[in-house]
Amino acid sequence: MATSSNLDAKIPQGPIETKWSKYKSSVALVNPANKRNLEIIVVGTGLAGASAAATLAEMGYKVKAFCFQDSPRRAHSIAAQGGINAAKNYQNDGDSVYRLFYDTIKGGDYRAREGNVHRLAEVSGNIIDQCVAAGVPFAREYGGLLSNRSFGGTQVQRTFYAAGQTGQQLLLGAYSGLQRQVGMGTVKMYNRHEMLDVVNIDGKCRGIIARNLITGEVERHGGHAVLLCTGGYGNVFYLSTNAMGSNVTAAWKAHKRGAYFGNPCFTQIHPTCIPVSGEHQSKLTLMSESLRNDGRIWVPKKKNDTRPGNEIPEDERDYYLERRYPAFGNLVPRDIASRAAKERCDAGYGVGTSKLAVFLDFAAAVERYGKGEANKNNIVNPSKEDITIWGKAVVKEKYGNLFDMYKQITGEDPYEVPMRIYPAVHYTMGGLWVDYNLMTTVPGLYCLGEANFSDHGANRLGASALMQGLADGYFVIPYTIGSYLSKEIGTGKISTDHPEFIKVEKEVKDRIDTLIKIQGKTSPELFHRRLGQIMWDKCGMARNAQGLKEAIVEIRELRKQFWSDVKVMGNTTEFNPELDKAGRVADFIELGELMCIDALTREESCGGHFREEHQTEEGEALRDDENFMFVSAWEHKAQEEWELHKEELIYDNIKIAQRSYK
Amino acid sequence: MSAGNMHIKLKVWRQSNSNTQGGFENYSLDTVSPDMSFLEMFDVLNEQLIETGTEPVAFDHDCREGICGMCSMYINGQPHGPLRGVTTCQLHMRSFKDGDTIVVEPWRAEAFPVIKDLVVDRDAFDRVIAAGGFVSVNTGNAQDANSLPIPKVAADDAFAAAACIGCGACVAACKNASAMLFVSAKISQLALLPQGQAERNIRAEKMVAQMDAEGFGACTNTGACAAECPKEISLENIARMNREYIGAKLSSSAV
Repeated sequence: MATSSNLDAKIPQGPIETKWSKYKSSVALVNPANKRNLEIIVVGTGLAGASAAATLAEMGYKVKAFCFQDSPRRAHSIAAQGGINAAKNYQNDGDSVYRLFYDTIKGGDYRAREGNVHRLAEVSGNIIDQCVAAGVPFAREYGGLLSNRSFGGTQVQRTFYAAGQTGQQLLLGAYSGLQRQVGMGTVKMYNRHEMLDVVNIDGKCRGIIARNLITGEVERHGGHAVLLCTGGYGNVFYLSTNAMGSNVTAAWKAHKRGAYFGNPCFTQIHPTCIPVSGEHQSKLTLMSESLRNDGRIWVPKKKNDTRPGNEIPEDERDYYLERRYPAFGNLVPRDIASRAAKERCDAGYGVGTSKLAVFLDFAAAVERYGKGEANKNNIVNPSKEDITIWGKAVVKEKYGNLFDMYKQITGEDPYEVPMRIYPAVHYTMGGLWVDYNLMTTVPGLYCLGEANFSDHGANRLGASALMQGLADGYFVIPYTIGSYLSKEIGTGKISTDHPEFIKVEKEVKDRIDTLIKIQGKTSPELFHRRLGQIMWDKCGMARNAQGLKEAIVEIRELRKQFWSDVKVMGNTTEFNPELDKAGRVADFIELGELMCIDALTREESCGGHFREEHQTEEGEALRDDENFMFVSAWEHKAQEEWELHKEELIYDNIKIAQRSYK
Repeated sequence: MSAGNMHIKLKVWRQSNSNTQGGFENYSLDTVSPDMSFLEMFDVLNEQLIETGTEPVAFDHDCREGICGMCSMYINGQPHGPLRGVTTCQLHMRSFKDGDTIVVEPWRAEAFPVIKDLVVDRDAFDRVIAAGGFVSVNTGNAQDANSLPIPKVAADDAFAAAACIGCGACVAACKNASAMLFVSAKISQLALLPQGQAERNIRAEKMVAQMDAEGFGACTNTGACAAECPKEISLENIARMNREYIGAKLSSSAV
């Protein structure tokens, strides 16, 4: 494995507070007459894709948008529950752009880029303004102003929300903006289309090859720039909180055509998910982190305690997060809460039939809110029953849809017994490497939202994913794309008859034919499960060198088996979900290998990446800033061969410290 | 708890594409667990079909947590099955009995042509939204969010309407295949908020015109849509939409 450091992130010069404003006022512009002749392809219609497509079309560019779902409104951003951060300081609790910037860098365990994160914090307030203007019904106080709550890893209330459906409301807001442009004819929407490759001509990205998932037809689409807004790759673990269709294919194809992959091993395991119930399990469901505002996490003090949670007396409970981290308690960042749950379960204190779960208990919150209601209504000496009734009503208003969902999935009523939760794969901080302009290492090829690596370092704070997706789409790319497109005004329409389009299209078709012709014995689904098992066991919440080395060998073997034994039913000229799935699993297998290589190479623990060899005596993650304060950007060379490029991370505005939430 | 021991018989609609006739096929499963979701039961069925060399059943699904609106099965004569306020993906086999026969069909509506098996084309909904289901505000035009106080009740009511997931169960439930509940949910959300006032009239007119153009049926206020809606969108929205539409027609010269 060769290494080199030649990556230029193109961060503007000057003080951090003025980098973005100076950039904005000096970036090259494209005049309206030229914008009409420039075509932009947007792949994916989640928060980043929908907001980018709508905004670029508003500006006058010709936009083509693609999604594999039946409608752009289905993108998995829709499932985000808890909220979106913004440094508005509406609560007068001392928030500021700097504090949001600082919290995000610290939360990411000092592995994110200062310039990008500061810009994110700067535009965070504009996002809330934009969403409200578009009719997003955020939660409000009785005075009519916006309500906020706090989220893990911060001590201010800066999270805006819409019950437990914030992602849904934000996505539908961005979707309605997109549909407005579709109606005006400025965006051409291609739903049920999957991007299967990018086409580069003379070193620039000039289009994509996409497959119509209804007819099976493979199509060429040209554009002056291509934006990948295709989400994260958590489904490499098979079980995750991602949607069933979420996949890495678009990003992976771009990677194989020259886009470097940044920090692939940085994956987020979310602490509060509904535990696995059996082998049939197809996905895991998140319970919003906002529940940790009011829920207390605990396990019994006694090992193998099988009593129902509500029957275990107070003094026999171990509120281990409050015990270990008194300053942040149940609100520690996700990586820390997840590892702490794993530690207790591994030590034998887990609950439920699988013993791989901890309690998330609302009894104390019900009592507190019930008493508060009594106070509000001047009721002295209320009965315990009344307090419980009033308290439950408050909890229902805050988290009702989450409680309903929990009950529906588990068959247990969380108003009566504590929830059982366990960590699950949720988000991927890694993704395609991009510079300050959100451009990958391929000129003209951009990457936005979760699909890129840029803002969350080694761990993402709660309510920051929605912020980043919309920041990239609404407020960053509309400016940064000008610096590239201003030089493309003389290019003219991109012809899809170019030999490179024909060549790449043929490669795509050949691969599809190969998949169908193997006719082995094993379904794509089973290969996916096997890959997921390897990844979860050896590249999951805790990793070590030996396990990672084994995983690499096993994944390579799995890839060979896949290409000789996969069984894909149906044919290539019809609606065929099995074929779609097979292609995605094949790409996940290759990604899994790179993730393990990255995890093996990064010989430190930071954020969600926990190497067992590198921990403090108390079991906390131990960073190695001297040797690993860089972004790993992997260049694909050939099968099983990558070159590592390093982007050194420089912190001029934040004092590096060992992260502590104690 | 892994594989279970419930026996389930399935009658599933199979149809190759929109140009061919479809029909029911019978299948039986012997290892269904009560903890499986309905779609996980279909995963098991499909694995079984693949093993025997039969083409698996195509069905739409994505998030599997009841929010994306993609899953769309018509189960024993009810969209999303027997439970109130629950999507197919959140329906679990514990809601059925050992030995049950379950009939599964696609949404049936002229405006939702079958693509394959249980998968239908719901593009009509996107076109209705594109006709007017938005506030015309370009990025960058917004004022400070708190400069526009909105009474909590109005915000809550707007949110309740905006909770629609666009699955199409309302259309499937309606004997006329009317899309009034879907369309009215969006019209209501924006009519309840100050941001939506400027385009209130034109929005109602354009969205209703597009709804009619798509071939959705008329509304007779039976209420099957609201009864079957997995997000329990209220019938009140339809009343509000009628008011919006009539008000718009009385004063407007557009459309």
